[in-house]
Amino acid sequence: MEYILIFISAIFVNNIVLAQFLGICPFLGVSKKITTSMGMSMAVAFVMTLATLVTWLVQTFVLVPAGLEYLQTIVFILVIASLVQMVEIILKKVSPTLYQALGIFLPLITTNCAVLGVAILVIQKEMNLGQSLVYAFSTAIGFGLALTVFAGIREQLELTNIPKGMRGMAIVLVTAGLLSLAFMGFSGVDVGLRKLMGIE
Amino acid sequence: MNYLNIIKNGIIKDNPTFVLMLGMCPTLATTTSALNGLSMGLATMTVLLCTNVVISCIKNITPDKVRIPVFIVVIAAFVTLLQMAIKAYLPDIDKALGLFIPLIVVNCIILGRAEAFAAKNTPLASLVDGVGIGLGFTLGLTLLGIVREILGSGSIFGWTFIPEHYNILLFVLAPGAFITLGYLIAIVNKLKK
Amino acid sequence: MKKLESSLLNMVLVLTGVAVLMGMVLAYMNHLTTDPIAQQKEKALNEGIKAVMASSDIEVTATDTLRQTDAKGKEQTYIIYQNKKGAAVESTTLGFGGPLKVLVGFDAQGTILGYTILEHQETPGLGAKADQWFKQGQNGCIVGMNPKDSLFVKKDGGQVDAITASTITSRAFLLAVNNAYKAYMNERKEDKQ
Repeated sequence: MEYILIFISAIFVNNIVLAQFLGICPFLGVSKKITTSMGMSMAVAFVMTLATLVTWLVQTFVLVPAGLEYLQTIVFILVIASLVQMVEIILKKVSPTLYQALGIFLPLITTNCAVLGVAILVIQKEMNLGQSLVYAFSTAIGFGLALTVFAGIREQLELTNIPKGMRGMAIVLVTAGLLSLAFMGFSGVDVGLRKLMGIE
Repeated sequence: MNYLNIIKNGIIKDNPTFVLMLGMCPTLATTTSALNGLSMGLATMTVLLCTNVVISCIKNITPDKVRIPVFIVVIAAFVTLLQMAIKAYLPDIDKALGLFIPLIVVNCIILGRAEAFAAKNTPLASLVDGVGIGLGFTLGLTLLGIVREILGSGSIFGWTFIPEHYNILLFVLAPGAFITLGYLIAIVNKLKK
Repeated sequence: MKKLESSLLNMVLVLTGVAVLMGMVLAYMNHLTTDPIAQQKEKALNEGIKAVMASSDIEVTATDTLRQTDAKGKEQTYIIYQNKKGAAVESTTLGFGGPLKVLVGFDAQGTILGYTILEHQETPGLGAKADQWFKQGQNGCIVGMNPKDSLFVKKDGGQVDAITASTITSRAFLLAVNNAYKAYMNERKEDKQ
């Protein structure tokens, strides 16, 4: 039951990009076309969930018992970097077209603050393994949602006449701001849902 | 090697925030006030200085194929050192910047600069470049922080001078960050012409 | 100086070497900063307790951790810092945006002396105002009240003014205070036995 709450909250109420500011670089960089956005989102979803699984296990069964929590940042980022390498190799074999389309953005998932951010967040919030995985997966879906919706808007924006000064990143950022504003409308939904489900 | 030019470059021509558009995540998240923006900029600059120098020193003994993982280990180590120091001696900044301190690791500016500059230049030049880019980033963040703080909280560096009644709350919230940065970039674009 | 070639041996050696070196630096730094970090935490807690007990001459005589089920049947943990004036109780509830952790100072009869918000995820400008709203001289002042019959917002028939447009945060805050009171009273009952 609680998982539904995590799911809804991570996608709408606390959207990783529009509310928590994680994953902005790919959000601004990849969202020019809907198709690339969806491809990127799937890659991120895979890496994010897998990375959270591995880092959670490493934190719980290696770092904490050995008192090495201060190595968290190094270990986590190395895990993520390795996973991305793996995904690259697999993608090259399984879907060369998607691999080409994503281009430079694939290795950039390593520096996607959302992936490292989520890995650290689930430890900070003291979630158990099940909750962490649901959170990671839901966050990735939230990322995909924000990315795809934004790509849709940007594709339309290409067809309009934008004032010279606002062209490029300026109008993109203002648009993102409006999208973020729209998502703010979801705030409180998780509180209401909680009451509805009788969880406290 | 004209060191002054390197610094000027980092602040203006290659300004991470307004020109290169790197490091957007902390730019939007930590600029709710001028002080927070300034702190984040300085913290990032500290790491950038250290990593640029160290990477420049070991660039000749680092085999090409393994350079990215090596750079990452160096960067992650310095970020962790910074984290420990801040937690121990500056707990208020720790509270203000939160998750974004460890996230300096994935700030594209640091890895980007290591690749683009430190791996190809002398340690001294890399140090200067770190200062230049660091200052450019700090400038961008502080400016954004100042605007958001004035519009959203009616204060600047904590000194309130606009009555609460006129505060536009939006600017300290998420949408405000996007919108403010968007307009600042538009202004920079206009000035560049 | 020519770069080291990317043979497998070189790559493994350099990567491992760098990792080990960095690891050692970090271990040393960790050793240096563990104490200062613990000291900061303790200092913050002591300052907090002094503030909520409204006295600068307070020393914790005993610390108890109490587990009890709250009004909604969920088990909560309360930390009670006893001192000569009464006790400061740490209590957590679910606020609007996440857990709301409050430290409330009671005198021996259970009258509120002061409070401070330790952790919160409320909206800045709205629920986040809770850190001042309920204090002495403010709209929702609870200092001097005794939660014997539980405190509620005026909307729910109580005596406390809720934060404008932040009823949920206000309710959560008062719930934390009421729970803290019950925990303290239960503890005193146990002590007496």
